[in-house]
Amino acid sequence: MQASNEIYGVMAEFDSPNSLLEAAKKARAAGYRKMDAYSPFPIEEVCEEIMPEDTGVPRIVLICGLLGASSGFIFQAIGEFLDYPFNIGGRPIAITNWPAMIPITFECGILCAAFGAVFGMLALNGLPMPYHPVFNVPRFERASQDAFFLCIESVDPLFDRGRTSQFLRGLSPLQVSEVAH
Amino acid sequence: MAQAQPIRTAPQPDTGETYLLPGETYTSISSVIGDVPLTAPLKTPRAWFLGFGVAFALLMVFLVSVSWLFIRGVGIWGINIPVGWGMDIINFVWWIGIGHAGTLISAILLLLNQGWRNSINRFAEAMTLFAVACAGQYPILHLGRPWLFYWLFPFPNTHGMWPNFRSPLDWDVFAISTYATVSLLFWLVGLVPDFATLRDRSSNPLVKRIYGFAAVGWRGSARHWHRYEMASLLLAGISTPLVVSVHSIISLDFAVAQVPGWQVTVFPPYFVAGAVFAGFAMVLLLMIPVRAFYGFQSYITIRHLDVMAKVMLATGMLVVYGYFMEVFASLYSSSKYEQYLLYNRLSGPSAWAYYGLLFCNAVAIQPLWFRRVRQNIPALMVISAIVSVGMWLERYVIIVISLQRDFLPSSWAMYIPTVWDWSLYLGTFGLFFTLTFIFIRVLPMINIFEIRLLLHQETERAHRNEAAHGHGHDHGHGHDHGHTPNPAAAD
Repeated sequence: MQASNEIYGVMAEFDSPNSLLEAAKKARAAGYRKMDAYSPFPIEEVCEEIMPEDTGVPRIVLICGLLGASSGFIFQAIGEFLDYPFNIGGRPIAITNWPAMIPITFECGILCAAFGAVFGMLALNGLPMPYHPVFNVPRFERASQDAFFLCIESVDPLFDRGRTSQFLRGLSPLQVSEVAH
Repeated sequence: MAQAQPIRTAPQPDTGETYLLPGETYTSISSVIGDVPLTAPLKTPRAWFLGFGVAFALLMVFLVSVSWLFIRGVGIWGINIPVGWGMDIINFVWWIGIGHAGTLISAILLLLNQGWRNSINRFAEAMTLFAVACAGQYPILHLGRPWLFYWLFPFPNTHGMWPNFRSPLDWDVFAISTYATVSLLFWLVGLVPDFATLRDRSSNPLVKRIYGFAAVGWRGSARHWHRYEMASLLLAGISTPLVVSVHSIISLDFAVAQVPGWQVTVFPPYFVAGAVFAGFAMVLLLMIPVRAFYGFQSYITIRHLDVMAKVMLATGMLVVYGYFMEVFASLYSSSKYEQYLLYNRLSGPSAWAYYGLLFCNAVAIQPLWFRRVRQNIPALMVISAIVSVGMWLERYVIIVISLQRDFLPSSWAMYIPTVWDWSLYLGTFGLFFTLTFIFIRVLPMINIFEIRLLLHQETERAHRNEAAHGHGHDHGHGHDHGHTPNPAAAD
């Protein structure tokens, strides 16, 4: 057993989405959990293998949307009925006139939900993150173009520097390399 | 999140046709599209400089028109009483309508799982943003004191007053600003993985840094993609009702008023259909030259143009239905003002606009029923240009003809746009095309990662077909499986 915390993990490169998927399946079957795949486009099946759990984004969007809509409504009600009641066009100066406040309520909800979707996604992904160990891997610049990578991280309980590399070599990759911190 | 994923990639009825030309690989996609923004500044094609120069000159026309407006006020325009909403509001509605096609392509077609949208969504979304930027100028300039435009927003102020939240004009403020913000967010999110591609492909250290900064450290991790796809799907989901709400609210600016011709209940859906109609015409007008110039025929195929023409025809027919409903509403209203409006449209002083609109939006699109026309590029260009004019005339008819002769003949007046009305309109074209030219120069104008995804899906589909054929027939046949490197993988 070699010390494993000196490196970030072991990375294998594959030539096609299908071989990456095969590798991810085999790695999962072998018991690895702390792993990640890197691909130039989203491959749904690989995402399912790597991260079967909930993404967390929908909850954030729902909460943000509801917060936005309700605060938009309350804000209008304060302005129209409490702070500065003003008779315009004979409309009732009371909450009974709520339908006229729906368009802005809706837009506020949408606006907050969109911010929630974008910034929630970025926050859950830990972005922006200018430096990451995987950028040290040779040929990793192809991961945004035409190459497919699978990385088993050293924090995985089953990780063993030698044996994990051996395991990845058995999946017929193009290359296997260690990822320095 | 598992339940949402199949929405995007559920198997489609297989028509046997592809939206990608064979022979493309992940590498070729990245380099062909990605190298346009990475070209060294001095190697920019001359035609780009020419186009940008013309657009920039028009932008200066905009600057002059706005400066003169600030100096002299809205009196330089042709507006009067009763026609207080002249070309500013016509152009506002026209531009914002053009923008709607972008959201339709990026959001609604994503939800409907139309893979062909991947080739055109980035461009269409950019068009949305720039059109909204142009549209946004008009209501502000039309305020009379444009420097006080922030009074439209609720903010703590010494007047102790609030905007009237129960007025369609204030709904407009919220709808347009929300629409602009959400469109920008959606567009920027879509750009992040492509920024990473540009970062990794550029050899110039400065360019690498700029794109690297914009890529926020994107590394294509499967966990990231998973959340990213979820966020895109949700953004599409919330943009869909948003885009419908925006043009509906704009139509309520009219429909809530009592002016004859404006009080029609069909207005919201009719306006939304008209917006999509005008927008698709503009997408075609812009896309066809860009596609030819940059050689993107493999990504924006003739089938894309065909489908866009179909959408244009369908929304155009919805708009024609709206015209019938308007006629019906005025005949059935038993209001003499509404009935007079129809007479005024058909034989009043601005009847040319009404007949022009009927020709452009109802007659000129009929050839699109034929595939030969839909796949004929010059014909599409001509029809799209006619539709763009027609949709402008539609807003002219709705706004100007109704206001010119409202209730009391003693208050009737003609509306004649002045040279400043036209120069401002021309100037917003300058703004639009300047932004467009900058966009096609510095950003990938086709969504690279989605084209890779499309290639992956097409390859998978070819595998499935091969497997199905393998079961059905004993021996092979010369079927086109151009990009199937490994048929054995199908199972």
